[in-house]
Amino acid sequence: MNAKIVVDKLHLWYGDFLALKQVTTQIAPRRITAIIGPSGCGKSTLLRVFNRMNDLVEGVRMSGEVRVDGENILLPETNVVALRKKVGMVFQRPNPFPLSIYENIVFGPHIHQQLKKSELDAIVEQSLSSVSLWLELKDKLQKSALGLSLEQKQRLCIARLIAVKPDVLLMDEPCSSLDPQATARIEELMRELKHNYTIVIVTHNMQQAARVSDDTGFMLLGELVEFDRTEKVFTKPADKRTEEYITGRYG
Amino acid sequence: MKKNPERSQKIAFFFLLLANLLIVVPVGLIIVIIVAKGFPALTWEFISQMPRQGMRAGGIFPAIIGTIYLVGGAILFALPIGVLAAIYLCEYATHSRMSRVVKLAIVNLAGVPSVVYGLFGLALFVVFCKFGVSILSGALTLGIMILPIIITASREALESVPPAFREVSLSLGASKWQTIRNIVLPNAIPGILTGAILGLGRASGETAPILFTVAAFYLPRLPSSVFDQVMALPYHLYVISTQVPNVDEKIRYGTALVLLLLVLFMNSVAILIRNKFRKQKRW
Repeated sequence: MNAKIVVDKLHLWYGDFLALKQVTTQIAPRRITAIIGPSGCGKSTLLRVFNRMNDLVEGVRMSGEVRVDGENILLPETNVVALRKKVGMVFQRPNPFPLSIYENIVFGPHIHQQLKKSELDAIVEQSLSSVSLWLELKDKLQKSALGLSLEQKQRLCIARLIAVKPDVLLMDEPCSSLDPQATARIEELMRELKHNYTIVIVTHNMQQAARVSDDTGFMLLGELVEFDRTEKVFTKPADKRTEEYITGRYG
Repeated sequence: MKKNPERSQKIAFFFLLLANLLIVVPVGLIIVIIVAKGFPALTWEFISQMPRQGMRAGGIFPAIIGTIYLVGGAILFALPIGVLAAIYLCEYATHSRMSRVVKLAIVNLAGVPSVVYGLFGLALFVVFCKFGVSILSGALTLGIMILPIIITASREALESVPPAFREVSLSLGASKWQTIRNIVLPNAIPGILTGAILGLGRASGETAPILFTVAAFYLPRLPSSVFDQVMALPYHLYVISTQVPNVDEKIRYGTALVLLLLVLFMNSVAILIRNKFRKQKRW
């Protein structure tokens, strides 16, 4: 199978600080890839390379190649808007806009194309259905999204992203502000979504990575130490540092 | 001496209360005196008629209209420029040398005495641009004077929009401008309007800038174009208080009261608009 994302000798600097060292890996389509590692190891930074969100940070430099569907996205002429449409992101803190539920979902479609009301309605229903919120929320679409529970908000954020029709979903610790039950339900949702999307999730929660992912990468101090199928990483890690981390010796 | 926390607390509270009273009392007195002395003058004739007998009788209608025109013109000029400049400073040129220069310019602009604006308006708009002593010159001068207020308030409003909103919007494939247009600006409008309110109040009360650029001593007719002179309430108040002998006290305080009410009215409108937008935003 062709890799969805290919990372080739990627280095990233924040000013003088080398945050990613020689990262090389391949992320397979329609699977869940987890990136684990202790705080500050560069896992979020790596995730934010895939949709060029690091551009917002001042003083960022990168070398090497990152290809999404074969196209190097680090080139200066890359259309970042089109890239972000294809590679969407779910953030750590659920962050709906201070708008109605309906307006949150149609925000993406609305900025990308002119759509009729009926088409927007259909997108809202599809998107909310795909995160199992439609039945709960169909009667209060015009209510503010800020009145929802944390889990509903995070689902809404995923729905808002799905409405843009991306290929890749980047999730930056999407469950870290949720309770265990809500976390389990979001993980269930991720398993459903992987049939249609390539998912990359950053998590500090090793159990979560073990439960939900197909592939796992372990990062330490900016290096991708190990990358393999999840059961292999968690049962027979090749690198001693990986073993030390998953058996709880640091992080 | 034994410490007595109870007593020192009482003394501290007394002074805190005193400071508050010192703020409230003058404000209350101003309002009471102006209302008490000016209210008898407030007749329909007073606010809708031309002045007569060398401003000793009749109404102050042209001054009211003049002030509305000047303040409206100043806001019309300063609000778009101020907001656009603030957007540029906050969203595009956050750390550039250009933005540092502009920020410095704004701080200095805010500190310039209003009489200097008057002289500046006279030189630039009246003489150099050949607008003459006119509504246009006066409104532009007032506009430049309130520009720093509007830019500063707008910048604070834009900066207070949580960065997470910008991030999400960009991550959904919105361009920077779409993000500003659809997410940042709507959430900043209440703060921007606060700046406009402060600007309104300042522009309607200033006398020195309009003295040089627009205000007519006595002009008992309405302006027919932006190149006309007008009377304006603050200057009119000065004129009937110090320049014209034997003006009834009632007329002077009535004029002051009308000016206060006018500012109050314009602020109320802006506050209503602001609250309408504020209702939508809660985070």
